[in-house]
Amino acid sequence: MSMNTTSGRGIGARLRRREDERFLRGQGEYVGDIRLDGMLEVAFVRSAVAHARLRGIEKPAGFEDRVFTAADLAGVRPIRAVSGLKGFKVSEQPVLARDKVRYVGELIAMCVAPTRAEAEDIAAQVFVDYEELPAVSDMLEGRKPGAPLLHEAWGDNVFLETFVDGNIAEIARRAPVKITRRLRTARQCMSPIEGRGVVAQWDRRLDQLVVISAAQMPHITRSGLAECLGLDHGKVRVISPDVGGGFGYKGILLPEEVCLGWLAMHLQKPVRWLEDRREQLTANANCREHHYDLTVYADNDGRLLAIDCEATVDAGAYSSYPFSACLEAAQVASILPGPYKFDAYRCRTWSVATNKPPILPYRGVARTGVCFALEVAIDAVARAVGREPWEVRLESLPTREMMPFDNITKKHFDSGDYPECLRRAVAAIDVGAIRERQRRGEPDGRRIGVGFAIFCEQAAHGTSVYYGWGIPMVPGHEQCQARLTPDGVLELRIGAHSHGQGLETTMAQVAHSVLGIEPENVRLIHGDTALSPYSTGTWGSRCAVMSGGAVAAACKEMAKRVAKIGAHLLQTDVSLVRVADGQVIGPSGSVTLKEIAYTWYRAPQNLPSDVDPGGLELTAGYKPVRDTGTFSYACHAAVVAVDVEIGTVEILKYVVVEDGGVLLNPMIVDGQIYGGTAQGIGTALYEEMPFDANGQPLASTLADYLLPGPTEVPDIVIEHMETPSPYSEFGQKGIGEGGAIGPPAAIANAVNDALKDLGVEITEVPITPARLLSAIAAAKVRSAA
Amino acid sequence: MKPAPFDYEAPRSLEAAIALLAQHQGLARVIAGGQSLGPMLNLRIAQPSLLVGIRHLPELRDVRQTADAVTIGACITHAEIEDGRIPDPTGGLLPYVARRIAYRAIRNRGTIGGSLAHADPSADWVSALALAGAHVTVCSPRGERQIAVAKLLLGAFETQIGTDEILVSVTIPRLSARARWSYYKICRKTGEFAEAIGGVLVDPDNGIRRAVVGATAGAPIVLEGNAALPGCDVAALWAANIDDPYKRQMFEVVLRRAADRIAA
Ligand SMILES: Cc1cc2nc3c(=O)[nH]c(=O)nc-3n(C[C@H](O)[C@H](O)[C@H](O)COP(=O)(O)OP(=O)(O)OC[C@H]3O[C@@H](n4cnc5c(N)ncnc54)[C@H](O)[C@@H]3O)c2cc1C
Repeated sequence: MSMNTTSGRGIGARLRRREDERFLRGQGEYVGDIRLDGMLEVAFVRSAVAHARLRGIEKPAGFEDRVFTAADLAGVRPIRAVSGLKGFKVSEQPVLARDKVRYVGELIAMCVAPTRAEAEDIAAQVFVDYEELPAVSDMLEGRKPGAPLLHEAWGDNVFLETFVDGNIAEIARRAPVKITRRLRTARQCMSPIEGRGVVAQWDRRLDQLVVISAAQMPHITRSGLAECLGLDHGKVRVISPDVGGGFGYKGILLPEEVCLGWLAMHLQKPVRWLEDRREQLTANANCREHHYDLTVYADNDGRLLAIDCEATVDAGAYSSYPFSACLEAAQVASILPGPYKFDAYRCRTWSVATNKPPILPYRGVARTGVCFALEVAIDAVARAVGREPWEVRLESLPTREMMPFDNITKKHFDSGDYPECLRRAVAAIDVGAIRERQRRGEPDGRRIGVGFAIFCEQAAHGTSVYYGWGIPMVPGHEQCQARLTPDGVLELRIGAHSHGQGLETTMAQVAHSVLGIEPENVRLIHGDTALSPYSTGTWGSRCAVMSGGAVAAACKEMAKRVAKIGAHLLQTDVSLVRVADGQVIGPSGSVTLKEIAYTWYRAPQNLPSDVDPGGLELTAGYKPVRDTGTFSYACHAAVVAVDVEIGTVEILKYVVVEDGGVLLNPMIVDGQIYGGTAQGIGTALYEEMPFDANGQPLASTLADYLLPGPTEVPDIVIEHMETPSPYSEFGQKGIGEGGAIGPPAAIANAVNDALKDLGVEITEVPITPARLLSAIAAAKVRSAA
Repeated sequence: MKPAPFDYEAPRSLEAAIALLAQHQGLARVIAGGQSLGPMLNLRIAQPSLLVGIRHLPELRDVRQTADAVTIGACITHAEIEDGRIPDPTGGLLPYVARRIAYRAIRNRGTIGGSLAHADPSADWVSALALAGAHVTVCSPRGERQIAVAKLLLGAFETQIGTDEILVSVTIPRLSARARWSYYKICRKTGEFAEAIGGVLVDPDNGIRRAVVGATAGAPIVLEGNAALPGCDVAALWAANIDDPYKRQMFEVVLRRAADRIAA
């Protein structure tokens, strides 16, 4: 079989995204575009306080049958996302609060009316009697004995404590350089342009609940709904239409989905809930909040010798389904070493329950935090030994010759040239020119600095990585169902879903590369549990590798079947034909896929007698030859200008050198990097959901919760390296998250470089003017003393 | 995030609009561009029983010029000022300020009168028009009165305009050809409300030396005469009221940078 890689439309082509036609014309179909006959709208009553016992809920007079509380939802089970890790404590999250509320925004009652405005009018009249309890608003406080307890039966607030105990004592004693830092990343609110939304309807004909939801993982949502509502899977269908951004925000079973599912069955009417920006901000700031006490040991060249870390993750009030409350903290322990090699490692982590929204993995998952912590500390090492930060990093990166490389936590780096990636970034950002410019000084009095961050991104990790977590979801084989229609169009059905990734385009490119079929003649069908094979869905940068692999496997099987029919039609032996350019080509003459499909469906009299009775419809499964994941990696480099009087940071230049293996579509990869980097800039400079001591979120509109806009995101220079992964179908690697990992580290390092003469070092993001000015003021006090 | 129920009227004249306000005794609210009131309605911070639309009223879109001043209707938009469709008596201050308000989509609808009546201390017109020495004309069943923009705010989101009054127009004095102004603000990002605003105006022919510090907790601080001399230490005059050292530093910087720009 030949690969169609030279046509300019298959793998590696910058093919324009086919879905953009409808997106750019405003013709996408999102949950908010769906209107069903007789549909009612839902507004929720949400907890106004962070921690309280519920003494009572009063429905407004006259609206008793329009307001629903936990007491009405007989038989509905709470959401339980258990982890099999030893010592994990289980939380039960009732979909509507029962006895207690544990964070501001938790659902208490559901109000239904013909319009959302009327539903909100009813919600405003529901009276909730709270017996307020002291709140845990800080994870470190929450860990202390005597802290208020969220889940009383636990006896403390720790979902899970983990400990990797490498023996570091000997190395630590001898290490000439020891850098200890306390670092923090703020709690953020993932902000896809489209919020969450759910439409639920009971289909009487199919005796089935249909839930249309902006979901990244429709099959997992279906499993969760079946479990909570006590229905068998066959009675639940989840449809995820066009989705306006996910990033992890929609990779969860929502209590709202369970509530609306129940309501649709109860009322026998379609119902809809659309999250508004205020609900999103105040009830769902649910990611990134990490605290590190980190010590790095190095030699006099700055080469890493050992790392010792205590990390705490603010996991919020409940364990979310399916990723659980401990995914981030337990990940921290295994990925903190980043791309580096060194000899000894110790790490203790805590996932702490607090009176805040349950944590979810956000693009980059724990990596954004660990990359920030480690990379900032490594720059401190560089300053301590008086070398350029990039030179110090080169001492500790595994080289190309060492690949595949197993790092200290047994992460298996599949391929690549990490030092080269860093060197290219150094060249592209032009460190020499920046040092020269720093010596000259800026005419406007600002200070400039350069910073680097290098990291790796494990993607498409499968069964062998996930079964150990024991969470409600373990990825296995990924499947694709392929069907050639009577007129020769290839339909591909996959269980993963696209919420911006452009799978309709890239999967067609994969099919083109295998079969030579024109990408326009390939239709991707996904986002519907009734129409696609079971899949854990879209998360962990897995689609290029897993869905791409599955599509390739299905196309190869299809090639065999069409070859057989084609050879018969060409009156030659199957060993003498090949499938290419959308045809079966024999020694003399060829027959198109369309003709073959026509023969199977409409002229079966012309088929060979021993034709595969499965016909032109098949399911194929795929797993990489090794499922520990592909490791893409990147180096981010930033040049910033800091106005030390007003504490602002401007990004003057931003470079990303990325190795994502073989790129299915470099244009789409660039888009992933741009978008991710914009989000990373948000983490670095803008986004933060502060909570007061009572657990009240302090930003409730986008005027208080700042997101980077077009003027805050600079032009990003991208360079690609393409080292194939030895384990994936085409050598491709997952690259969906890297953009969001590097910026906080690179930008903080650039700021610290700009301010090193002042003795200022930033160890907390976002780097707001207030934080920056107080760090500058503190440095002044220190140097005066 | 949907507003509580309200009625809507679009009266034919200013007089009718004023009559509606009087009739509803504090329960009605005028809506101009809706760029501030819209979000407040959606967040249910404002729950008027009647909205009176005024942006179409010709009396509020009128522009008049005299030898000493230009008077522009309250419903002239930021965009119209930005685009130079309104005579500018300030030698460029008005369009300079207008162009830096929010984003174009908001400037297309947001009005100069709405901005002043809304009285967000961080809003640009509140400071810029105080710097320009402008006054507003408000109208009620009791007749018309004038209020200096510098005196308009009683506090954050609080003005001297009564619930039965409508801001009709803004009168901006002409500056001389030798006048120099500067306007400097710090925003966390493009289009956000300012963290701190500093403005300086020197017009020797009209004997004006004025500085403004805006985006404070309330009305802008206006310094007249020698206190406003570029480069002089005015911080002491107002810093006493601002205890957040970070905020105080912001105000000192914007004022100094505004003054430096005049001196340059
Ligand atoms: C995202 C965003 C960013 C913004 N950034 C800035 C910024 O950087 N700088 C800035 O200055 N502004 C900013 N604004 C505010 C914007 O300029 C608004 O247009 C302005 O504040 C209000 O004008 P409006 O015509 O929309 O008033 P409306 O929203 O219609 O009304 C506001 C208030 O004024 C009252 N009102 C309106 N007109 C009159 C009148 N003629 N007489 C009496 N009362 C009246 C209304 O009853 C209401 O209480 C921003 C707004 C948004 C949404």
